[in-house]
Amino acid sequence: MSSNQASFKTHKGSVIPLDLANVDTDQIIPKQFLKSIKKTGFGDNLFDAWRYEDEGEIGKPVSSRIPRKDFVLNDDRYTNGSILLARRNFACGSSREHAVWALLQYGIRAVIAPSFADIFFNNCFNNGLLPISLSEEEVESLFELATGDKPLQLEVNLVTKTISVPGGQTWTFEVDEKRQYQLIHGLDEIGLTLELADKIKQFEERHLQQNPWL
Amino acid sequence: MPQTLYDKIWNNHLVGTRSDGLSVLYIDRHLLHEVTSPQAFEGLKNNRRSIWRLDANLATPDHAIPTVGRSLGLDGIDDPIAKEQVITLQENCADFKVNLIDLLDERQGIVHVIGPEQGATLPGTTIVCGDSHTSTHGAFGALAHGIGTSEVEHVLATQCLVQEKSGNMRIHCFGSLSHGLAPKDVILAIIAQIGTAGATGYTVEYTGQAIEEMSMEGRMTVCNMSIEAGARAGLVSPDIVTYAYLEDRPMAPKGDMWDQALSSWEKLRTDEDAHFDKEVDIDVEALSPQVSWGTNPELVSAVDSAIPNPDSFETEAQRETGWRALQYMDLEPDRPIETIPIDRVFIGSCTNARIEDMRAAARVVQGRRVSSALKGAYVVPGSGLVKLHAESEGLDTIFKEAGFEWRDPGCSMCLAMNNDRLYPGERCASTSNRNFEGRQGHLGRTHLMSPQSAAASAITGYITDVRGIL
Repeated sequence: MSSNQASFKTHKGSVIPLDLANVDTDQIIPKQFLKSIKKTGFGDNLFDAWRYEDEGEIGKPVSSRIPRKDFVLNDDRYTNGSILLARRNFACGSSREHAVWALLQYGIRAVIAPSFADIFFNNCFNNGLLPISLSEEEVESLFELATGDKPLQLEVNLVTKTISVPGGQTWTFEVDEKRQYQLIHGLDEIGLTLELADKIKQFEERHLQQNPWL
Repeated sequence: MPQTLYDKIWNNHLVGTRSDGLSVLYIDRHLLHEVTSPQAFEGLKNNRRSIWRLDANLATPDHAIPTVGRSLGLDGIDDPIAKEQVITLQENCADFKVNLIDLLDERQGIVHVIGPEQGATLPGTTIVCGDSHTSTHGAFGALAHGIGTSEVEHVLATQCLVQEKSGNMRIHCFGSLSHGLAPKDVILAIIAQIGTAGATGYTVEYTGQAIEEMSMEGRMTVCNMSIEAGARAGLVSPDIVTYAYLEDRPMAPKGDMWDQALSSWEKLRTDEDAHFDKEVDIDVEALSPQVSWGTNPELVSAVDSAIPNPDSFETEAQRETGWRALQYMDLEPDRPIETIPIDRVFIGSCTNARIEDMRAAARVVQGRRVSSALKGAYVVPGSGLVKLHAESEGLDTIFKEAGFEWRDPGCSMCLAMNNDRLYPGERCASTSNRNFEGRQGHLGRTHLMSPQSAAASAITGYITDVRGIL
């Protein structure tokens, strides 16, 4: 099986604490950037309306933008962060996969939250972004650690399903075994399904016989 | 073992299990639009893959197109980036021979309006689209949900989707809707009750007298916003209302085939004693029209009440969300909803742009004038056919005489990808589905409501209880 899809095994990085619940995909990547027909170039516009004072548009150079000082991505402590920490129901709303692309292209490799919206959760696995669900209490304790003077360094290990502070505390997280396998190996999703091509054909034939109006 | 409607449709489409253990579900209908498909077609081309089953696909441009000057076709699109996206859809559909209902076709419209209208949406089928409001089609007893662009490519190449089965949830709606109330009020009340993640991980079946008494348009409004409660899909069991809507639609079965389909569709109901993992009841009999006051669709109150004080909310997270929303919306606790002035009105979107919505709004508007305080009031029919239908009933004249703009079909100000938008600080009475920050335009403020309520609000210039003017 070819592995032409992004994979995820382990990642070390610092945490960006985004202390908000119900962050919707319209915030992660606003609509005007969805006019692009490309799969790249979204990183500069991640959280665009929260990140900049001025209204963003496709092609507007970052150097001309006015950063909003009170937004976490513009806080000097977190500028090199690659693990996003947020509250419950992260990435609700629109199905736009551009939200996952924007996070990845900004440099985010994992998102930790108490819960995720369904479509976004699926989209993550198709792109090598790891969504990690922890309990509200665990997320709260991570927020406490991540909002000190120095950024919180974490090591995420999908093989052992653990998050740890180097030389410190460790948390374990649940991930569906099949999804874990899929991410670790970065398998070609379409190729995997096409292994069943004969089965799909047989199913289709029978299905269309039973439902000839389809 | 007794099965739910969802269990039955799932089992009828389960192809098998992949080598990695994930389930593979067969997809009957795939709807495409200009915004979430270009990268999927590009992926197919890069990997030299073809489309598995051409006639399962139906495409139309709807999201980023202008709602004026439609007769100019591509020349009517000023925004060069949006134009390129529409051209890319045309080219991809031509290259792969996908059925495209293009800009100048009178059948063009919002993908979730034209699917049912053309009879592409049929009971018992699986339907996907790169758009979260695909849940709309569940109104026909179809398992329908939004997917990402990687999945769009996957469905194009394999006619299948890799899925985990979700839980079964039932929302039972007791009672009948009273005068002035709309299906939109029901779904807003449901989301207010269960929250924006109240149905995450479930497929919701809507049952009860209020649902049974709804038209197909009404059921589509309810199923459409299932995603706003976190559910990937909503379902209503098909019945005589469903069949009456579908009969003679262009892509619906005809003659003997219709009878054969009907007898199959009759089986599409949840067995008695089937198990639901989660059940919610809502009594709609005493419901008031519902209006959102915050920046997510659970922040909703009755129009005849006041904005709640977020300090009264149960959890710290809810209190924070509530206060933040009030700040963004420039509103304060205890303020009566009916004292909120509005700048613009938008009647449209995949939630509320069908003929019934047009009629409901027109009934309120007839013989009245839009408030002179408004900066704009749009009616955007959901498709070219809805537009023609409404015009044949003279509804366009009613709207225009009242001071509304009667626009060409598209998603328009629901997500403001085109020029139909709010400007910073503006407040809109909107029949759309999302009130997220900036959804209808940078720093714009959205109040979600029914077409009747939006029409009433257009007349007074304030958020208005439509029952007072009907």
